[in-house]
Amino acid sequence: MRQKHRRWIITAAVLVTPLIFLLCVGIGSVNYTPAEIMQVLWNGIRGNLHETSGNGVANVILKIRLPRVCTVALVGAALALCGTAMQGLLKNPLADGSTLGVSSGASLGAVFAIALGLHIPMIGSIGVTVMSILFAFLSIILILTLAHILDYSLSTNTIILVGVIFSMFAGSVTNLLVTFAGDKVKNIMFWTMGSFTGTTFQDAGIVLLALIFCSILLLNLSAELNAFAMGEENAIHIGVNVRRVKLLIMIAVSILLGISVSVSGSIGFVGLVIPHIARFMVGPNHKKLLPISMWLGSIFLLLADLISRTILSPAVLPIGVITSFVGSIFFIYIFYTLRTKQ
Amino acid sequence: MLQVKELSVKFGDYTLLSNVSFSLEKGCWLMVAGPNGAGKSTLIHALAGTIPYEGDIHFLGKPQKSLTPRKQAKIVGVLSQHHSVNYSFTVEEVVRLGRYCHTPKLSFSANNQDDRKVVEALKMTDIWELRHHSVLRLSGGELQRVFLAQVFAQEPSILLLDEPTNHLDIGYQSKLFPLIQQWLEQGERAVLSVVHDLGLARCFGNQALLLNNGQILACGKKEQVFSSKHLEQAYGIPVEKWMQKIYEPWNTSVKNFSAQESL
Repeated sequence: MRQKHRRWIITAAVLVTPLIFLLCVGIGSVNYTPAEIMQVLWNGIRGNLHETSGNGVANVILKIRLPRVCTVALVGAALALCGTAMQGLLKNPLADGSTLGVSSGASLGAVFAIALGLHIPMIGSIGVTVMSILFAFLSIILILTLAHILDYSLSTNTIILVGVIFSMFAGSVTNLLVTFAGDKVKNIMFWTMGSFTGTTFQDAGIVLLALIFCSILLLNLSAELNAFAMGEENAIHIGVNVRRVKLLIMIAVSILLGISVSVSGSIGFVGLVIPHIARFMVGPNHKKLLPISMWLGSIFLLLADLISRTILSPAVLPIGVITSFVGSIFFIYIFYTLRTKQ
Repeated sequence: MLQVKELSVKFGDYTLLSNVSFSLEKGCWLMVAGPNGAGKSTLIHALAGTIPYEGDIHFLGKPQKSLTPRKQAKIVGVLSQHHSVNYSFTVEEVVRLGRYCHTPKLSFSANNQDDRKVVEALKMTDIWELRHHSVLRLSGGELQRVFLAQVFAQEPSILLLDEPTNHLDIGYQSKLFPLIQQWLEQGERAVLSVVHDLGLARCFGNQALLLNNGQILACGKKEQVFSSKHLEQAYGIPVEKWMQKIYEPWNTSVKNFSAQESL
């Protein structure tokens, strides 16, 4: 049964992904056919762009659409990977960067860095990313410590409650900073709802590096994540070095969330919804769950981005509107099924 | 195999265990009994290393604090009383995690030895048929057997059981305890179990430890520890009389029932 599932999923992945990719690159304010896209790409790879029909096409595809689509796909994978890791680590099916307030913390860090003009010499805008990662990490530590003090057993609801409160707090401080900082900082919409407008290949590159590093780290910890998903006490009993593994996972999650947020703002609920769909497809074993989640996260965010760009064209909806719309309904559904199960 | 010296556990101002010392030899099955709040579960948690403590705990002559989690798991296995799994892992996936401490850190495939031990554990606990089922759909007794299989697959030398049959029906009790006995006899092993039910504590095991208010009231041979004097001191009631009273009706009614059945 499972074996059959897996084969089906791999086939689907192979077939669907390039189609969605072409769709996302092709559709927008101007539409391009797959043939046009392939031609531009082919010429781009060969390093000569003069053979294409008009330079305008190549420009739009290579300078605007392609970097955006790549960034979206990578951020989607990163967010879903974070969600899966946190849901496993905390044994909490409602955990996610947005529900725990980690994304808000990362946003706060980034805005803080920009508002204070925190330019570390030589590395320039990396300062924003570093602050974003740092704040993400501090947020996780703070939220878990607070939840631990309030409720020793770290029950699902306490963590979420603390997360929501922290999220509001970080959000209000971010808002305050944005108001005072004026034009220096991107508007509040970016930090609360996310946006991929104007993303470059450089953005995609940073996310790609983080994703390679963190996904290798987390995939190596899939047995430990399985143990955590069965309960932390059981993980201790079977010999998992709980403290070390927890720290590694939290660092990986912070890096991924911090970089995602500094590139595209905080996009909610991707990390909440995707792991559930992935678990439905391949079961809860993290060895398969982590890669499938990454793939699904990419596809989900690509489609969400496509919808946000096209549904009210020429106006662009913030991408978070789409993900949060789907996500909040999903959240209620999971919460409901958890409640009725108890 | 297990040596505990002057073990104390404090939680804020509360002293949960004070000055507990005992040792466990191979082939021994130590029953830890005592009233609610005596510190039975705390003892298990301290031994398992999940809570901080003062004093010394030695496993196979090595201090507990010097062991890495992996090394400790190779020596000590723990079966807790509660299990709540939120995700639909299969029975086999849960049991296989018991091999965690034997698997090298960077290995991507299970070896034959692991497979064999998992199969053995599944068969020994009689859940072989359930191996592809989701643990979310199991009954309490079945779930407890899955985690017992996990701890068997772990191949520890010392087994710590925290009220393993709590909340479970007697049909399950009657299967679990003989299974533990069988496991104990298979090698250089020892068992320490916390048992709430004094009837069970008297029936199984060969040594006993009676705790009261975080201190040892008696420790040693089971018959001596569970004397009427000690029990009365611990529970504040004439335990022996009470046990006789509640089990007495079984002697008569069971006979009548079987007589009726044979008619």
